[in-house]
Amino acid sequence: MTRNAIKGLLLATSILGTAGFAQAADVTLTVESWRNDDLAIWQEKIIPAFEAKNPGIKVVFAPTAPTEYNAALNAKLDAGSAGDLITCRPFDASLELFKKGHLASLNDLPGMENFSPVAKSAWTTDDGATTFCVPMASVIHGFIYNKDAFDTLGISVPTTEAEFFAALDKIKAEGSYIPMAMGTKDLWEAATMGYQNIGPTYWKGEEGRAALIKGEQKLTDDAWVEPYRVLAKWKDYLGDGFEAQTYPDSQNLFTLGRAAIYPAGSWEIGLFNTQAQFKMGAFPPPVKNAGDTCYISDHNDIGVGLNAKGANPEAAKKFLTFVASPEFADIYANSLPGFFSLNSTAVKMADPLAQEFVSWREKCKPTIRSTYQILSRGTPNLENETWTESANVINGTDTPEQAGEKLQKGLDSWYKPAK
Amino acid sequence: MSNTPSTHDATGPIIKRPTRWHIVVFLLPAFIVYSAVMILPLIETLRLSLFNTVDGQSTFVGLGNFKVLFGDERWAHDFWNALKNNFIFFVIHMLVQNPMGVALAAMLSLPKLRFASFYRTAIFLPTLLSFVIVGFIWKLILSPIWGVSPFLMDLVGLKSLFSPWLGKPGSALIAVSLISVWQYVGIPMMLIYAALLNIPEEVIEAAECDGVTGWSQFWKIKLPLILPAIGIISILTFVGNFNAFDLVYTVQGALAGPDGSTDILGTLLYRTFFGFQLQLGDRSMGATIATVMFLIILAGVSLYLFVIQRRMRRYQF
Repeated sequence: MTRNAIKGLLLATSILGTAGFAQAADVTLTVESWRNDDLAIWQEKIIPAFEAKNPGIKVVFAPTAPTEYNAALNAKLDAGSAGDLITCRPFDASLELFKKGHLASLNDLPGMENFSPVAKSAWTTDDGATTFCVPMASVIHGFIYNKDAFDTLGISVPTTEAEFFAALDKIKAEGSYIPMAMGTKDLWEAATMGYQNIGPTYWKGEEGRAALIKGEQKLTDDAWVEPYRVLAKWKDYLGDGFEAQTYPDSQNLFTLGRAAIYPAGSWEIGLFNTQAQFKMGAFPPPVKNAGDTCYISDHNDIGVGLNAKGANPEAAKKFLTFVASPEFADIYANSLPGFFSLNSTAVKMADPLAQEFVSWREKCKPTIRSTYQILSRGTPNLENETWTESANVINGTDTPEQAGEKLQKGLDSWYKPAK
Repeated sequence: MSNTPSTHDATGPIIKRPTRWHIVVFLLPAFIVYSAVMILPLIETLRLSLFNTVDGQSTFVGLGNFKVLFGDERWAHDFWNALKNNFIFFVIHMLVQNPMGVALAAMLSLPKLRFASFYRTAIFLPTLLSFVIVGFIWKLILSPIWGVSPFLMDLVGLKSLFSPWLGKPGSALIAVSLISVWQYVGIPMMLIYAALLNIPEEVIEAAECDGVTGWSQFWKIKLPLILPAIGIISILTFVGNFNAFDLVYTVQGALAGPDGSTDILGTLLYRTFFGFQLQLGDRSMGATIATVMFLIILAGVSLYLFVIQRRMRRYQF
């Protein structure tokens, strides 16, 4: 079926292409994407907004199934039949496309100044010289809590580590709620919702991440082991049998109102809004001492790039400038609460929970997940190892120090920092 | 099974037979299909294991990949861990699945048993289920949160013995193995059952006349007669277990957690060959692991065929 869909798309692009020749004024741009969930938003909101301002340019949003996107896109790019605009996966997958010459440099694109270096990091070459995709959306980590539970128990929102554990103790002592909904069965929950969520506070976000890539810091350093020590303490506050609790189990425990706090990624917002019958709030990862700078993981997820061999580069660049504009950011972020625009201009979100998440950008320093850029290129893969070790630390299989040592040893075996 | 004396070697006028083309013609379709889907990919995999990408070019590296697999500390650790787990997986099947299959078959063949066909169908049914369903059902049954097992154990006052087995490094592999046993116990049962039904009535009657009944009849008469079937089952289990992947993948995920405690050769191969999350697929190392798996299975099957099967006594009736 998908194959037919691709064939149909190819046919459609070729016919539309020739149609373009006939009426020289009309140009049709095709956007390649894996986000078929977003089809309606593109067709009903984004594309009309662009076409209204740019007469003569038509845009077609042509998504493929997420699991087939990378393969299908590579085939189309090699055959020269890909659309003018390419939706970019973060980091190495897109970097590979740029190195092969499939994506054009966007350094001089008007509108790129709207993005911070962190926002662009997922689509920038290792030396930081060239950016090849316009950042579109990111997801933010934090904690979602059951507001009704907090009110009944008389707990205020914790801001420091000590307050956080005091709140957990109180919920545990009272006994009607599981203090925290998280399991270690699926491994990635422990790493993504746990380690990468609270970690930036200890390794000071970008500062620590850059130092790790440069080789100035090691995963055995205190800044990288301390989050594991904190994580190890979570064990006592998780539900019975958390070792076999899966990700959907955690989501259900929280939305059914059986757990008070949920270590979250902002992508949960859409689902939780429809499922939870109680009021929800959110707070950023607690800082160590009151008054410390807070850090959040604001992880780049989606970007858009320019097909270097596309037929209509000028029109495509106009579209990319539109994607880089605050107007696009507003439409996109409000249609998909939980996927935040990376634009530096703050977007006012209609959804209160999403607004709470995005408001942290103003007071906290953003960073991306530490293992994603450069450090997960070799074997053993640092990201996968981090999953296993984070779960091990919470399960008590490894001590925080052992975990740091194992990770650093694995990284050392293939990664040589540029001197 | 028996060697019928050959009659064609007898002396006589040698008549030149016409070439029997139809044999070739009839074999050809199967040969072509089998070569295309089995032999060629196998050869290609073996070839790929001798190549690796050097500076963007596919280069012949000889046994270089194998040196990395066994020589590099990390690779060797993952590989031996997977092999050890795979061996435990196999041993549990041999110790639980096959004796249980024999026992079930022996019980089913008791003439006095009522509802035998119902039991037979019920026990065989899980074998027909998709591993995805089996994995999902058992994850739910064993779930500490919604699962029926903590509830049932509570009813008989054994709640304290329940633990999240699938999530603990010490028990996860055993739990997954037992799920697999549950699913596949029907196959040895059916094969042994067929073998038991094949034992002629006269042999049993003769045994009874000699006063061999009950347990001793099973041990002294029936078991030796079904031994070849048990041999076949053992080798099927061996091949199946060392190729296993699906159940571990559905129950524990591709990283085969916790802490790699359920990682078997199949999941290691999958992660290496296709990649996982940020880990990019490495076709050469994947092919190397596949080759090692092939050699392990080949060695096991050869051992059985050339050493064990030849010594096995067969009885003709």
